[in-house]
Amino acid sequence: MQRRRFLGYLIAAPTLAVGAKLTGDSVLSAEALPSPTPEVSEVYDLSDLLLDSTRPTANLITIVVNSDGTVSFTIPRAESGQGITTTAAMLIAEEMGIDVSDVTVDLADARPELLFNQQTQGSASVISIYTPVRVAAALARGRLVEAAATILGDEAENLRTTGGRVLSTAGSSVPFAELAAAAANEVTREAITELKPVDEFEIIGTEQRRDDVVAAVTGRKKYTMDLDVPDALPTMIARPPTIKGTVESVNNLAQVKGMPGVTDVVEISTDAEPGRGTTSSAVAVRARTFGQCIDAVNALDISWGRGNVDGESDASILEQLRAADAPANLPSPGPLDEVGGQLPLVTEPVGDVLDGVGAVETIDQEFVFYWRSNAAMEPNVAIADVRDGEAEIWTPSQIPIVTQTQLAQVLDLPQSQVTVHVPRGGGAFGRRLFSDAALDAARVSKEIGKPVRLMWHRADECRAGRVHPMCISRVRATYSPTAGEVVSFEQRHTSVATDYTESFGDMITSQAAKLPFANELTLSQTVFLLTASVPYDLGAIALGYNEIFDFDRFATGSVRNLNNQDFRPAQELVVDQLAARLGEDPLEFRLDRVEDERAKAVLEAVRDEGGWGEDLPEGVAQGVVVHNEYKGSVAVLAEVDTRPGTAEREIPGATTGPRVRKVTVAVDVGLPINPLGLKAQMEGGVMTGISHVFTGSLHLRDGNFLEGSWDDYRYTRHWNAPPEIDVIVMPPSGDRPGGAGELAVGAATAAVACAYARAVGEMPTSFPIGHTKDVPFEVKDFVPPLPPSPTDGLEAYPAPSAAGPAFNPAS
Amino acid sequence: MPPRTLSVNGRQVTVDIEDDVRLLWVLRDVLGITGPKYGCGINVCKACTSHINGRAFNPCSVPVSRIGPTDEITTIEGLPDTVGADLHPMQEAWIDRDVPQCGYCQPGQIMAAVDLVKKVQADGGSITDDDIDEIRNMCACGTYARIREAIKQGAENM
Repeated sequence: MQRRRFLGYLIAAPTLAVGAKLTGDSVLSAEALPSPTPEVSEVYDLSDLLLDSTRPTANLITIVVNSDGTVSFTIPRAESGQGITTTAAMLIAEEMGIDVSDVTVDLADARPELLFNQQTQGSASVISIYTPVRVAAALARGRLVEAAATILGDEAENLRTTGGRVLSTAGSSVPFAELAAAAANEVTREAITELKPVDEFEIIGTEQRRDDVVAAVTGRKKYTMDLDVPDALPTMIARPPTIKGTVESVNNLAQVKGMPGVTDVVEISTDAEPGRGTTSSAVAVRARTFGQCIDAVNALDISWGRGNVDGESDASILEQLRAADAPANLPSPGPLDEVGGQLPLVTEPVGDVLDGVGAVETIDQEFVFYWRSNAAMEPNVAIADVRDGEAEIWTPSQIPIVTQTQLAQVLDLPQSQVTVHVPRGGGAFGRRLFSDAALDAARVSKEIGKPVRLMWHRADECRAGRVHPMCISRVRATYSPTAGEVVSFEQRHTSVATDYTESFGDMITSQAAKLPFANELTLSQTVFLLTASVPYDLGAIALGYNEIFDFDRFATGSVRNLNNQDFRPAQELVVDQLAARLGEDPLEFRLDRVEDERAKAVLEAVRDEGGWGEDLPEGVAQGVVVHNEYKGSVAVLAEVDTRPGTAEREIPGATTGPRVRKVTVAVDVGLPINPLGLKAQMEGGVMTGISHVFTGSLHLRDGNFLEGSWDDYRYTRHWNAPPEIDVIVMPPSGDRPGGAGELAVGAATAAVACAYARAVGEMPTSFPIGHTKDVPFEVKDFVPPLPPSPTDGLEAYPAPSAAGPAFNPAS
Repeated sequence: MPPRTLSVNGRQVTVDIEDDVRLLWVLRDVLGITGPKYGCGINVCKACTSHINGRAFNPCSVPVSRIGPTDEITTIEGLPDTVGADLHPMQEAWIDRDVPQCGYCQPGQIMAAVDLVKKVQADGGSITDDDIDEIRNMCACGTYARIREAIKQGAENM
């Protein structure tokens, strides 16, 4: 059978360089090709036709074979721990016959010509680069083989590549290093190639360690704040005491400017949505060290104006969410109408499901999900040098082109004068889909005419940072006890607006998105409808989404797994209730109703490998769910121990309480590229799920969040992590990879919630469960804005001296 | 202010800095030693965990004036030298288990793990899950399961 052929480019360069488009349009049909021949990786010379080609080559991704035989690739994606650079190196190594360690992958600067193709979100990186990167690598291999044929005196079709060498059938070989220059191209021209068949893969599907693992564990890995940019001195910001507040006056400017180490103090706009008109402002301090920045920020005497949500608290938001919740209307004899401005999605028609089932009973349950932070360990950071009509920025952006566009706008510079470098990030989770830190840094640098190294304090991340919005999810399910079937399932999700405007990347989309109601109608609804699913056959199904407020009333954003981190737990808890009322085993109930073979297989895998249904002591229980998203399937089986001996363990300042003691995950992503990285992503998703169920939340009180650091914001720590976690990577079920970064979050949250509900015999309806129990920390001051650094660090180890008693979120 | 002498990673260094600046910023902003990371500045996230005279501490919460000229400060960069090798056994275990994701917290995790294992071994015991449960170092990627394995593995070679 004729294999698919792909179009790429040989690029004029001193050593071999090849390029491929990052868009998916480079597939050629065999019929369209001149004189097609069947050789693998053969490169066709179309240069005569294409010397004056109008086909743009500017938007290519390029692979370069260096004179030492190693291969370099610059990827237009962020690397924040998800492992995409390692994955890309594997794809290149596979196609070229070179060791993975001989491929270096760096991150590309903002490249506006790539348009939509430089964003890292939606677990889409592997899906989007899988073919283009291999096309470029295959072209490179083809050129190397061509060059080697002359030297080895053999036909190209007889040659193979392995270990960074081209080998002839007679056994002679030549290393890539000796071919890199010989294979170089004098002119840039189009070429076509074929890809290595899946059944010949030797690297894809094998476990590979991260490309930067040694650098990371030796302290040599450089994050933005570690870069050596001359004169870029530490800079921090004094932020208002309420969300999106403003500076009215700075009352002791001269005094603070005279503090030790301080070089500059300047008021800046902190408007993160340039061009829209929501204005917030703050005061920036540049000093010799960050410690002196913290002291100077806290010494500032600032008169603050009103914030954007002054007076709002959890309770007032909940009231507004409930007021916006549209009435449920299933079962209903006809098609659903628009209700209260809501666009219900009916995935299964009501049709004749009501026929002959007799009387139905109803479960109608509201679930509340409080605010969450997606703060990474590395806070929001950027280095900026804005001088002489140019701007050079370093920031670990997930959307560097948008960052560049926004910088150009606020700096009043042509976009071509703004360079955005993308260092490796210390976590992202959607947080770096916004350019807040880059805008802050650029504004300060422009104002003072000096380079700055700007870092958000951890308190800023909690109080001025992006949040996953508070929301409610209402589920109304009907079932027929006589027929033993679920008749209808309706889920209505109502949320504070999520700001999706930047994550859509494109300038035009972004601007259109900022029209009144556009966020909800064009973005939020779209995101919801594209991601919300019910993996089970539950009769007639209707889903709907509403939101309150403009997109920028709060600073919200895309947090790992978007709506599904709430939507799916609410749904699965009710599925468990349905199973109980119909007298069925929760896992078998799901297995009987999943419609997808891969989902069935992962469920069976956790059932068989995770010990589903085994005898457990009272107070210990299991929960299981399956989830399909990002072209993959995942099942999570969690076991939660709520017994007093576990829940009341004492570690100062810790969140103790119920412990997830064992988790089994089975994951099918189609074609797994690096099972080791895939397992890591699943484990990370589980840790986030545990946080979501028990304690990871922000408390809104009078216009700002109470949490002011880690320990206040209680993400999963060692003391919460399951002692036993097993991730089963299913064998390939397809010939393309799916996404993994977010896949486990909603599923793990749901499985842990279901297990907890069963262990305590009562379904929780508000998450995290500890949120409404207590504020288990002393609230840090809002003025001055930063908690001062303690001075007792020599004595206070491991627990800080301020650590209070352990907090049990279930007590 | 008079120049101050510190011993960091086996080298004597001299810095001109105010007494109350926390050691983390002296290391990072003055000396360019960037292995210890900022995560909170208030001794709760533990990303900056380093060693002083062989014991773990958090330099974000120690004014530089509290460090004497004979105090031996060891950051992640100097950890291998403490065993006279290119890598400390704990770092080797970390690599073997491919522990890091973003990697930002890992220098602190490793420094905390080494301290914990030394403490447990000094008491004549071996590392347990309960010991590991009490490590406070925060990881937002959620690498805890692999850290747990790596600590047990690294401890065997310490």
